[in-house]
Amino acid sequence: MAKQYETVIGLEVHVELATKTKIFCSCSTEFGGAPNTHTCPVCTGMPGSLPVLNKQVVEYAMAVGLATNCKITQVCKFDRKNYFYPDNPQNYQISQLYLPIARDGYVEIEAGGTKKKVRIHEMHMEEDAGKLIHDEWEDCSLVDYNRSGVPLIEIVSEPDMRSSEEVIAYLEKLRMICQYLGASDCKLQEGSMRADVNLSVREVGASEFGTRTEMKNLNSFKAITHAIEGERERQIELIEEGKKVIQETRRWDDNKEYSYAMRSKEDAQDYRYFPEPDLVPIVISDEWIEEIRSRQPELRTEKLARYKEEFDIPQYDAEILTSSKKMADIFEAATAICKKPKKVSNWLMVETMRLLNENGKEPSDITFSPENLAKLVDLADAGIINSSVAKEVFEKIFAEDIDPEKYVEEKGLRTVNDEGALRKLAEEAIESNPKAVADYKGGKEKALGALVGQIMKAMKGKANPGMVNQLLKEMLDS
Amino acid sequence: MANKISDETIEYVGILAKLELSAKEKEQAKSDMETMLDYIDTLNELDTEGIQPMSHVFPLHNVFREDVVKNGDNHEEMLANAPWQKEQCYKVPRTFA
Amino acid sequence: MDILSLTAAELGKKIQAKEITVKEAVLACFSRIEAVEGKVNSFVTIEKERALARAWEVQKAIDEGTLTGPLAGVPVAIKDNMCTRGMLTTCSSKILENFIPTYTAEAVLNLERAGAVVIGKTNMDEFAMGSTTETSYYGETKNPWNLEHVPGGSSGGSCAAVAAREVPYALGSDTGGSIRQPSAYCGVVGIKPTYGTVSRYGLVAYGSSLDQIGPIARDVTDCAVILEAIASHDEKDSTSISREDTDFTSALVQDVKGLRIGIPRDYFGDTPFSGKDKKQGDGSTTQAAAEGLDEEIKASILEAAKSLEEQGAVVEEFDLGLVKYAIPAYYVIASAEASSNLSRFDGVKYGYRTNEYEELHGMYKRTRSEGFGEEVKRRIMLGSFVLSSGYYDAYYLKALRTKALIKKAFDDAFSRYDIILAPAAPQAAPKLGASLSDPLKMYLSDIYTISVNLAGLPGISIPVGRTGKGLPVGMQMIGDCFQEKKLFRAAYTYECLTRKKWVSKWPDLTEEKDSVRKDAAAGREEK
Repeated sequence: MAKQYETVIGLEVHVELATKTKIFCSCSTEFGGAPNTHTCPVCTGMPGSLPVLNKQVVEYAMAVGLATNCKITQVCKFDRKNYFYPDNPQNYQISQLYLPIARDGYVEIEAGGTKKKVRIHEMHMEEDAGKLIHDEWEDCSLVDYNRSGVPLIEIVSEPDMRSSEEVIAYLEKLRMICQYLGASDCKLQEGSMRADVNLSVREVGASEFGTRTEMKNLNSFKAITHAIEGERERQIELIEEGKKVIQETRRWDDNKEYSYAMRSKEDAQDYRYFPEPDLVPIVISDEWIEEIRSRQPELRTEKLARYKEEFDIPQYDAEILTSSKKMADIFEAATAICKKPKKVSNWLMVETMRLLNENGKEPSDITFSPENLAKLVDLADAGIINSSVAKEVFEKIFAEDIDPEKYVEEKGLRTVNDEGALRKLAEEAIESNPKAVADYKGGKEKALGALVGQIMKAMKGKANPGMVNQLLKEMLDS
Repeated sequence: MANKISDETIEYVGILAKLELSAKEKEQAKSDMETMLDYIDTLNELDTEGIQPMSHVFPLHNVFREDVVKNGDNHEEMLANAPWQKEQCYKVPRTFA
Repeated sequence: MDILSLTAAELGKKIQAKEITVKEAVLACFSRIEAVEGKVNSFVTIEKERALARAWEVQKAIDEGTLTGPLAGVPVAIKDNMCTRGMLTTCSSKILENFIPTYTAEAVLNLERAGAVVIGKTNMDEFAMGSTTETSYYGETKNPWNLEHVPGGSSGGSCAAVAAREVPYALGSDTGGSIRQPSAYCGVVGIKPTYGTVSRYGLVAYGSSLDQIGPIARDVTDCAVILEAIASHDEKDSTSISREDTDFTSALVQDVKGLRIGIPRDYFGDTPFSGKDKKQGDGSTTQAAAEGLDEEIKASILEAAKSLEEQGAVVEEFDLGLVKYAIPAYYVIASAEASSNLSRFDGVKYGYRTNEYEELHGMYKRTRSEGFGEEVKRRIMLGSFVLSSGYYDAYYLKALRTKALIKKAFDDAFSRYDIILAPAAPQAAPKLGASLSDPLKMYLSDIYTISVNLAGLPGISIPVGRTGKGLPVGMQMIGDCFQEKKLFRAAYTYECLTRKKWVSKWPDLTEEKDSVRKDAAAGREEK
C-alpha cells in the first residue's frame, strides 16, 4: 500500500522597494548603470561611514504590513547580521531580527478552486547586498555595489502551503499587493521579488513536521513549480529508502531541473545578531499607522467587485483589467473621460495585451496616457476613423503616446463617407472584377471581399467599410 | 569558576572572526579568553532581574532621511583604494554561488 | 616671541591681530617637530607641503576678513582614526597602511571651516584598542615628560604632540578613557563630551555606542574653544544630537560657589571629605579600586578638591556603587561592537591584502591575521565569542543590563551633585613595556574612565600635580549628560588658581636628558 505524502511549504520572499534612494544612504536605486556608479562611503562600507534610515522605506513596509493584515510593531529596531562575503561590504547586513516591523498577518489565496489563508509570521526591513559577477576569463569574481543598500522587505510565511499552485497563488497575491501600493514592481526575472522555498514532506495525517530544506535561485514561477515538485520527490525517495532528510540549503538549477546542496564549512551560519548601535529605534504612533492606512488605495479584490457592478464588466474582463494597478488606473481614467467603459476595456484587453505580449512586456510597462486612449475611443465611436485605421492609430499610441486627433488630421486618416465618391469606385470595382461579381451573384457572399478590398486599397483604407459593403450589395443585388 | 575554552571553541571563534591562528597563538588565545571570561563572570554577581538591556543611552528615536537622490557617480573615488580592481569592479578570488 | 609657548586661543588672537602669520605658526610647529619628533614619535603622518599650502589659503581668507574665528590659522594634529581626505589614515594599523580616504570626518571638517591647518595624523593604539599607544604598528610614542614612559592611550600621539609642543592642540577619541587617561599622563587638558555631541561620521568605529571625539590642548580655555567649534548636529550620523547649548566658552568663569562636588568612596576610599554622608559601600568594590590608587595621585586630587572647596564649592564623599562591574560590562560591549565594526577590513575594498592565498576565505583570514595586531585580534575573538550562539544572553544582554544600572547609579549621583571627581588612572604613566604582558591588568587600569563612556557622560581631565619622579598627575571631573559647562567652569576655576604650577611648564626634549626640575631651572616659567 503506497504511502501518501503531504508537502509542507513556507516561503521567505524578498521584495525590493521602489524608493528612489537606498535604505541607508542617498545613492540612487535606479536599475542598470555601469558598475559602482551608484555608490558612496556608506554603501561600500568605508571606515567611519554611518547609516541614516530612509523614511519612505518605513512607510512602504508599514503599508505592506497593513495590507497583509499584520500587527505593526510600534517600537522596532535594526540588528546586525554578521557574516563574511564579498557582496556584503561591511561583512554584516543591517536587518531586523528581534523587533521586526510587522508580525502575525495573513493573505487570502485561491488555488484549485479552494480559498485559503496563508499566515505571515513576520515582515522586516533590511538592506540588499551587492552583485557578484563571475569572471569568465580569470579565476576571480567581480563585485558591483550598485545594489548594495537597496531597501528590501522580507516576508516570512508560516508553513501553510501544500502545493505549488498555492505557492504561486500566494506569490501573485503578494505581488499584486506590493504593486497596488506602489511599494515594488515585484518582477521575479529582474530580481525585485525573490522567493526562497522551505519544503518538507510528511505522511498524510502526521502531526509533526518533517525536516525541511531551503531552496534558492528560483527565478520564475516555472522554476518554482519544478523545484517544488523535484524536491518533494527527492525527499520522499530518501524517506522511503530509510534515509534522513538533511536540513540544508539547496540551489535549484532550472536548466538541469535539479538541485544541489550549498554547504560550506567556512560558513558557520552563526550570525551573532545584536542591536545596530548606529541606528536609533523607530517609534510608530497610532496616528502614523492611521495615516498610512488611509493612504491605502483600493486593492484588486475591491476593484473587481466595483468594475462588475459599476461598469457592468464581466468577471473575466475585470480580472485582466485589474491584474495590474497600471492597467486598472488607465481603465478608470480613460473611462472617466469618454464614459465608454466597455470600449476602453476592449482596447486594453485585446490590442494592448497583444502588443505587450509581442514585445515581451507587462502591463506595468504601459507608457501611453489614458487621455489619448479616451480620444481614440471617441474618434472610433463617432465613425471619424474606421476600425482598421483605429488599430493602426492605436499602435502609434502604444509606442509613442501620440495624440490621435492630431495624428488623424496630419495623416489625413478620416474615413471617407462621401457616398458619391464611393459609388463611383464601387462601379469601377464591379466593372473590373467580373469573376468576383459572378461568384457573388452565384451565392458566394465572401466574393464581395475582393471588391471591398479593391475599393479600400484605392481609398488607402479610409473608406467607410460599412458604407462600401452596403453600396456594393445595393448595386449587385438589384 | 574557571572557564575552559576547548580547541573546538577557538577553532569556531576563528571562523566567526575570520582569523587564522598558529598553534601557539591558539594556546595563547585560549588562555586569554579564559582569563577574560572568568573576569567577565563577575557580572553574574549583579542582580539584573527585570532590567531592560540598554542599547542606546539617550531616548533618541525616529531619525530619518527624505527619499531624495543626493549622490552621483562616485565610482572613481570608491575604487581609489581598491587593492585589486577590474572593469570598474572590486576583484576578489572566485566565489561560488 | 616664542610661538610654541602660546595656547591655541592665544595664537589665534595673535594671528587675527596680524602679529603672527599662519605660515610662521606652521613653520614653528615643523621646526619643533624636526627637533623632537625623533624622540617622541607622536606622528604617523606629517604633511608639511600640504600644511603650507593650506596656510597660504587660510592667511588669504584672514586678510580678506572671511575667517575671523578663534582657531583660524592655528595648526592642529588629528588622531589617525579620523578620516582626512587625501591624507593617509591608518588607525595605526598595518591593515590600513595605504588607505587614503576620499572624505573627511565631520569634526575635522568643522575645524577646517573654522580655518584650522592640519599638520598631520597622530599615533595611537591600533584601532584605539589599548591604554598605552604601544599596540601601534608604527612604533610606540614616548611620554615627553620621561621618554622611558608611555604617554597613555589610545590617543597617546595626540597628547604627546601637545605636551611636547609640536602642535598647540589636537583631536583625540575616547571610547573607554582614551582622551582622559593620556591627557592625565601627559599633563595636558582633554575632554570627552556627552555622547552624540560631536559627529562620529568619519571616525573609524571601535565601540559605536561608546566612541566620542574630543579636544586635547594645553588649557581649559582651549578645550572650550575647540569643543565649541567641533560640536554640531550632523545629518550623516543618526546618533548625533542637536544641542542649543554648545557655547562652551561662556562657561569660562571663575566661580564655583555652591557647586556640589561628589567624591566617590569607591574610587578613593575614605578621604578628608568624609563625615557628612557616610554610607556603607559594597565592600569589595571600594577596596579594589581604592586600593589600586597611587597615594600621590590621591593626594594631588584631594588637594585640588580642597582648593575648590576654599572657593565655595561644597565637597562631599559618597558611594557611587557598581564600580567593579563597569569593566567587564565595558569589555563585553566594546569588543562585541568592535568585532563587528572591524569585519569590514577584509582586503576587498581598501587597505592591506595578503599576497598568499588560494581562495576567498583563505584570503580573508590571512589578510586579517597579517594585518591586525595581537590586541586587536584578542578583542575581535572575545567579541565574536560573546555574541555567538548560546552566549548572547549570558554575556551581551547581561552587559547591557549592567550598563542600564550603571547609568541609573550616575543619574542618582547627579541628582545630588553637579560634578563627580575621579582619578583618570590609578597610577602615573607606567614604563614602556610594563603593561603589555598582562592584558587584564591593563584593562583594569581603565576603571575610573570607562563607566563614563557606558553612561554617555562628559568627562574632562586636567593636570593637578606631579609625582615625586616628575610625571604628571591628572584629575578627572565627570558631569551629568549635557553639563559640559559645569565642567568647564569648575576646571577653569581650578586652573586660574593654579596657573603657575602646571599649565605653564613643558618638557624641553632638546637636551640629552630631560627632567622637569631641569626645565624649572632653565627658567621657562611663564608669567
